[in-house]
Amino acid sequence: MNRLPLDPSLAPPGTRNFRDAGGIPADRWHADQNGETLVPTHCCFCGVQCGMYLRVDRGGKVFGVEPRNHDINRMRLCPKGINAYQQVNHPDRLTAPLLRRSRDEPFREVSWEEALDHTAAEVRRIQAAHGNDSFGLLGGASLFSEKTYLVGKFARVALRTRHVDYNGRLCMVSAAGANKLAFGIDRAANPFSDILLTDCLLIAGSNVGECFPVMTQYVWGARDRGATLIVVDPRETAIARTADIHVALKPGTDSAFFNSVLHVIIKEELDDEAFVGARATGWEEVREKAAEYPPERAAEICGIPAAQIVEVARTFGRAPKAMAWHARGIEHHSQGVENCLTVINLCVATGNLGKPGAGYGTITGQGNGQGGREHGQKSDLLPGGRSISNPEHRRQICEIWGIEESELPPAGTSMMEMVHQMRRQEIRGLIGICNNPFVSLPNYATVKDGYDSLEFHAQFDFFLSETAANAHVVFPVTTWAEDEGVMANAEARVVKHNKAQEPPAGVRTDTWVICQLAQRLGAGAKFAFPGSREVFDELRAASAGTVNDYFGITYERLEETGGIVWPCPTTDHPGTPRLFEDGRTWHPDGKIHMQVVEWHPPMDPYDDEHPLSLTTGRTVAHFLSGNQTRRLGALVEQTPRPWVEVHPSHGFRNGDPVRVVTRRGSEVFPALVTEAIRPDTVFIPYHWPVPTAANALTIDALDPRSKIPEYKVCACRIEPGDRIDEVPAPPTAPGHVAYPDAQVSRTDPLPPTSPQGRGTAERG
Amino acid sequence: MMGRTIFIDPGRCIGCQACVSACRECDSHRGKSMIHLDYPDEGHSVASLPTVCMHCEDPVAPCAEVCPADAILVTADGVVQQADTTRCIGCANCVNACPFGVPKIDLQAKLQMKCNLCYDRTAYGLAPMCATVCPTGALFYGTLDELRAERPGVQVADSFTFGDVVVSTGVAMVVPADKVQWPVPGGLPIVEVNGKAVR
Ligand code: SF4
Ligand code: SF4
Repeated sequence: MNRLPLDPSLAPPGTRNFRDAGGIPADRWHADQNGETLVPTHCCFCGVQCGMYLRVDRGGKVFGVEPRNHDINRMRLCPKGINAYQQVNHPDRLTAPLLRRSRDEPFREVSWEEALDHTAAEVRRIQAAHGNDSFGLLGGASLFSEKTYLVGKFARVALRTRHVDYNGRLCMVSAAGANKLAFGIDRAANPFSDILLTDCLLIAGSNVGECFPVMTQYVWGARDRGATLIVVDPRETAIARTADIHVALKPGTDSAFFNSVLHVIIKEELDDEAFVGARATGWEEVREKAAEYPPERAAEICGIPAAQIVEVARTFGRAPKAMAWHARGIEHHSQGVENCLTVINLCVATGNLGKPGAGYGTITGQGNGQGGREHGQKSDLLPGGRSISNPEHRRQICEIWGIEESELPPAGTSMMEMVHQMRRQEIRGLIGICNNPFVSLPNYATVKDGYDSLEFHAQFDFFLSETAANAHVVFPVTTWAEDEGVMANAEARVVKHNKAQEPPAGVRTDTWVICQLAQRLGAGAKFAFPGSREVFDELRAASAGTVNDYFGITYERLEETGGIVWPCPTTDHPGTPRLFEDGRTWHPDGKIHMQVVEWHPPMDPYDDEHPLSLTTGRTVAHFLSGNQTRRLGALVEQTPRPWVEVHPSHGFRNGDPVRVVTRRGSEVFPALVTEAIRPDTVFIPYHWPVPTAANALTIDALDPRSKIPEYKVCACRIEPGDRIDEVPAPPTAPGHVAYPDAQVSRTDPLPPTSPQGRGTAERG
Repeated sequence: MMGRTIFIDPGRCIGCQACVSACRECDSHRGKSMIHLDYPDEGHSVASLPTVCMHCEDPVAPCAEVCPADAILVTADGVVQQADTTRCIGCANCVNACPFGVPKIDLQAKLQMKCNLCYDRTAYGLAPMCATVCPTGALFYGTLDELRAERPGVQVADSFTFGDVVVSTGVAMVVPADKVQWPVPGGLPIVEVNGKAVR
């Protein structure tokens, strides 16, 4: 591990003792004389996985945060990380199981026995009448890897259903699919620290400043060392603002653009023929396809100057070491996998792979977006990234689980497809764990219809999310600070979260609940796990010898290091921060399999009624569906409500009500008028529920391979809204932590004056 | 020139407000943030600019100068402290005097509050909360040499004009290489860059 030495002058304090000791906690678990303890852990939110200390008081309660000089973030935190601790003892926490027999009834608080017995009885009833596959399970990528492993095992061994999937399906499966196709391994090829060594950094479809703020220190660090920065994004984001080249292309045209960049690289002989010849297959076909994308043609498709394509090709192609990082902006498309493949083709064609400062990475959204699918929570994967359709892989896992191969169900369907199956009553019962599809899935009306069609729906959560509010049973479970477990960040670095406080009375860990349900379903012996550690040991064993090898990673090693990057086959193996250094990929022939990509237009066609592109994305203050962050006062104040970003050429003034109409529906948002967006594109941040949900408008078209929804582009029009008070006040929770200067006015009709620096044309 | 202090580099700021949130976590004014985040070019650019207390040196902090109750202490190491609660009468003279708009009055408590450079942390050699967490390094704590080791060739200003008055500050601002002539980002006219007059 390249572990940074602790700089005593920067090391985390928090108590007088630590300060007297020069800032180095001598015994980090030990309380100081004021009774304060610092528990080392990581942020619960995004895929950066910043290290932090939770401050725990004499009474054993989490009450604050201290920055931590961890290898990943070196003390840095974004506002979500700083405020995350406030949800641990938040008054909105669910502390008793909730149950109702029908959706017309109110919830009543019940005992754990009753909630668990009722759920098990409903599973048995539905499966007896309609077969095992009539019950589904949807997990989440904010869960520790141990829990995602349990979710996959519970579905196949206890529920015996093929229908299990997870919300990472909405996140980085396109990148995963592309990496698997090209390299046979599904993760970023380089650690963040390699960014500091590159000469040219290409960021495609990632608003790094708001989605992964702490990664910006690597981006700026690279620039301090003279690297050039290319940003491909329809909006002028904070990172795009200071880029050397900002390519503001039209949403949904990425693969045409990257094919064209490759065209110029080949034409100007900036490719690395020796590298490609020795290491890759498919190069001839890729070359031929690129020849069909001269800059003039791509410029027309992408709505950018042809000269810019040439400039990007020369900058990237001539750099001694170049890197490409991408995120949802190119992945959330009906050709998301292909978009990623065109970026990979660029890196491979220029020989930028397997070297310090040269390679590619995908920036994960959720904290465990990477680890969440590695151990069997995804419909087509078994632990260790094994394929559920591969007979040998099936046999290996059945042996570990102690079941017959005939008992292991085949692959199921994806998250959005499951919603359609609910509508058709092919799936009649569902358990959701740590996800909020009412906000996070596209085409809300369809999603609501699917969930309303369920005969039985149980949900695990620690706040009553929009989805949980629609359930029959709600299980109150722990936050990240009340349990231990591992997550894998965007670098595939496995880090350990530690328990900082006991859960509130009435709250149980997800592990306990899953094991209790398994027992009631007759599979108790296979789920006799007292806690995360025992699950992790089974996961390690189940992953041994696979691509996603965790065998050499132990809790003790994680506590001693800044995290270990898989594959890590033995307990003395240092981990693998950088892939392909030995020149081989994980395909049996050891080669890179380059793939031909043909651009096709987005699935929602433009017409006179719907001439503009609607694109969606995140804001720095909120996390995904907002179930957590929309309850924290400081974050609510920072971004109290969604807005629609429009170019001044549409004639709106800042704060005007604007109705956004798509083929799925229409909603009114206050305008945020800015030149930082293309005139043919509008943007809405997606963290809010209806009636200001971006996802009431987005299309549920899927990528045929990864089954990721096409969130990032659909056709729309904008027109004046009727009244600004159609825009409801943000749903500030009654118990949100009220800072004197963080009060949210419930009547203020304007959008946040300048969320994240996104300028407003006029003010006051 | 300055010792360990905060350097503000608006060119790197992404407007994330981590500094604002972190400031609320400081034990000396827990729950309130003393940082402003401004958007100097709204509607045209996403540029943003954090303002912390500039810890004015010359003339001695205008806020402290005008305080009728002598409540604002300036320590030997140049930190302009938050008003002493046993002396502050909540008159808001300091609010009016500050050229950077930093001090705030807690109307309920009738007391002044301002950034005191996290004295509870800096006194132990630690960085202030805002500069510790700032993900981009737009707020940097250290010496000019430490800053330059990280960002070769960086230029900074710590003297600004307000009409005829020149104010030299403890906290410095990074000046973009192509903009050594005033003003610095945010529109503040400067008179010196790296100690050399530029007016
Ligand atoms: S949300 Fe991401 S960037 Fe922000 S503190 Fe948490 S892990 Fe770090
Ligand atoms: S934390 Fe840093 S980048 Fe974020 S708003 Fe503050 S100064 Fe700007």
